[in-house]
Amino acid sequence: MSRIYIPHDTVAVALGADDVADAVSQLCPDAEVVRTGSRGLFWLEPMIEVDTADGRKAYGPVTVDDVASLVSAGFADGGDHPFGLGPTEDIPFLKNQERLTFARCGVADPLSLADYEAHGGLKGLHKALEMTAKDISEQVMASGLRGRGGAAFPAGIKWRTVLGAVADQKYIVCNADEGDSGTFADRMIMEGDPFALIEGMIIAGLGTGAAKGFVYLRSEYPVAKRVFAEALAHAYDAGLLGDNVLKSGKPFDLELFMGAGAYICGEETSLLESLEGKRGEVRAKPPLPALEGLNGKPTLVHNVISLCAVPTILAEGADYYKDFGMGRSTGTMPFQLAGNVLRGGLVEKAFGVTLRELVNEFGGGTRSGLPVKAAQVGGPLGAYLPPDLFDTPMDYESFAEIGAGVGHGGIVVFDETADMAAQAKYAFDFCAAESCGKCTPCRIGAVRGSEVMAKVMKGEDRETNIDLITDLLEVMEDGSLCAMGGMTPVPVKSVLRHFADEVMTPQAVSSGKGAAS
Amino acid sequence: MADDVAHTIPALDAIIAPYVDKTGGLMCALNALQAELGYIDAAATARLADAFNLTKAEVKGVISFYEDFTTRPRGKHVIRICQAEACQSVGARTLTQHATEKLGIGLGETTKDGRVTLEPVYCLGLCANGPAVMADGKVKAQVTEAAFDKLAGVEGDGA
Ligand SMILES: Cc1cc2nc3c(=O)[nH]c(=O)nc-3n(C[C@H](O)[C@H](O)[C@H](O)COP(=O)(O)O)c2cc1C
Ligand code: SF4
Ligand code: FES
Repeated sequence: MSRIYIPHDTVAVALGADDVADAVSQLCPDAEVVRTGSRGLFWLEPMIEVDTADGRKAYGPVTVDDVASLVSAGFADGGDHPFGLGPTEDIPFLKNQERLTFARCGVADPLSLADYEAHGGLKGLHKALEMTAKDISEQVMASGLRGRGGAAFPAGIKWRTVLGAVADQKYIVCNADEGDSGTFADRMIMEGDPFALIEGMIIAGLGTGAAKGFVYLRSEYPVAKRVFAEALAHAYDAGLLGDNVLKSGKPFDLELFMGAGAYICGEETSLLESLEGKRGEVRAKPPLPALEGLNGKPTLVHNVISLCAVPTILAEGADYYKDFGMGRSTGTMPFQLAGNVLRGGLVEKAFGVTLRELVNEFGGGTRSGLPVKAAQVGGPLGAYLPPDLFDTPMDYESFAEIGAGVGHGGIVVFDETADMAAQAKYAFDFCAAESCGKCTPCRIGAVRGSEVMAKVMKGEDRETNIDLITDLLEVMEDGSLCAMGGMTPVPVKSVLRHFADEVMTPQAVSSGKGAAS
Repeated sequence: MADDVAHTIPALDAIIAPYVDKTGGLMCALNALQAELGYIDAAATARLADAFNLTKAEVKGVISFYEDFTTRPRGKHVIRICQAEACQSVGARTLTQHATEKLGIGLGETTKDGRVTLEPVYCLGLCANGPAVMADGKVKAQVTEAAFDKLAGVEGDGA
């Protein structure tokens, strides 16, 4: 029986993959339709794959109206069709990646534990079950893994801290709040390889002495919610979770917890408040969550991708992981190409790839075909960079040097019609909308910043108003409790620095519409 | 989201009960109430306060913090248009303007007949395939003005 792989990833579904799957099931009653994650070649979605003697072959983008002609072409056996993309692994966008964390995504059946194991899953956990907690956390330390949620803090140090804390209860909390525009890696892996996250969290429990975990997932991700909840149920049924993890005698419980639409809840202490059922107001640090986190207990908070890197580190060893990357930016990063880009999607590469390679070579430039004007890297608190900085290698240190950050790896491309002053104003607006309200520089500063930026856009007294904004940015940087207020200045400053001509020239008065439609 | 579910005390308590002793139970209960009833009214707030041993003001404080929770019913259809940067770069601002003009309401508002509520949303994880929209919980990518009109049931209407 032939197998036909059709993604259930949000992107594929948003482009009609469910209808395609229904049509394929109907027209190919003898085939087994497997709903997978996405390979992350989003401009080709819905992209469907079949097994052939030469490995997987892909077709895409497929709409429900194309299914009949695919069937006539004998696509289930790899027949030729105008949408044929050839062997999937030979598509340059995929071939030129280094997929460690995303190796199984789009390949294996995300809801089959047997398929997960057949593709190398659980190898890390089996090793961890034979190791002491200390050895596990030292492996993570030695890998050089740094948090992929944005702050890039060394993971091993947090593991050590939680392990060293004495308490009757400790927690592993997975931050799946992924609110940054331009990012979808967490979503993709939760839809495409959910057992990897479950395995990573169990290992984290073993490595720190925690027996209980929570995944805090944003409500804007209904597909990830459904898939992950199903994976959790399978994991319990199979004895991967529960009182006796893989019959080791060790317990680990895991719960899915839904957010309710607040960007700030991605900040770890706000997330913990929310997870306690409260308003998501940011807590002052110290105490560190690693010592006093959820319910006041030692808590390891990690981003989805950090936790999903852990099984590979345990399975293949810290050195294997560490050999990818450069300097103190070790391993791979799932970069996410988004916005006005011809070939958008997920590119997992070792640190050190340049922005130019990502935007121009992988991405193929803009979707509109117009020249690239800027890329915002690292989400709404990240810098807007002009093409003359695109040769900067993507690693934490090089980015810090140009006043930017890698963040969670999102890259949003803008074409030449983008109105950079409007983007700067938006940074303030977003901060005003999403501020938790605890400190004045953030809460009031963002509103003021937006007002003043609007004046600049109207051409009112530009010099004076820009000075006002510059002062305001300083106050926000120095006086904010968390990076929401503290880093909103990053995108604004980057616009003032790299696109000053545009902001300061009268003819650049905004239409208020921004980019091309 | 049934409109006519009686928000009786036993009905409310039945929704709330499973979460009372859980970590973050109030959030779970609010999510459940919002999903089942479509909004969280004064009666529900009072039952929550009782169940979680909080003041009504405290419960209201939590409700008001999160975008998903509403104290009044939304329209029959809820359409959320992504306003974040990646979607801006491919025309989300223009699409939003079209939507508000076509429906005659702003973001966060409901049409007079109660048929459509338009809301902003900040990223649906469809950032390589914008403009992105969520219509009654279903995700839609690369949404054109014509596709929006179809989703909103306003095809052929004069703007
Ligand atoms: C405003 C704000 C939003 C954040 N949003 C997220 C998020 O959505 N996901 C995430 O993993 N980290 C986010 N972070 C970073 C977290 O506070 C924290 O550093 C991270 O979850 C730690 O995990 P890591 O060490 O694996 O990166 C955010 C931080 C700030 C200040
Ligand atoms: S900087 Fe803003 S979001 Fe952060 S704690 Fe202060 S008010 Fe809250
Ligand atoms: S920015 Fe619109 S879906 Fe992410």
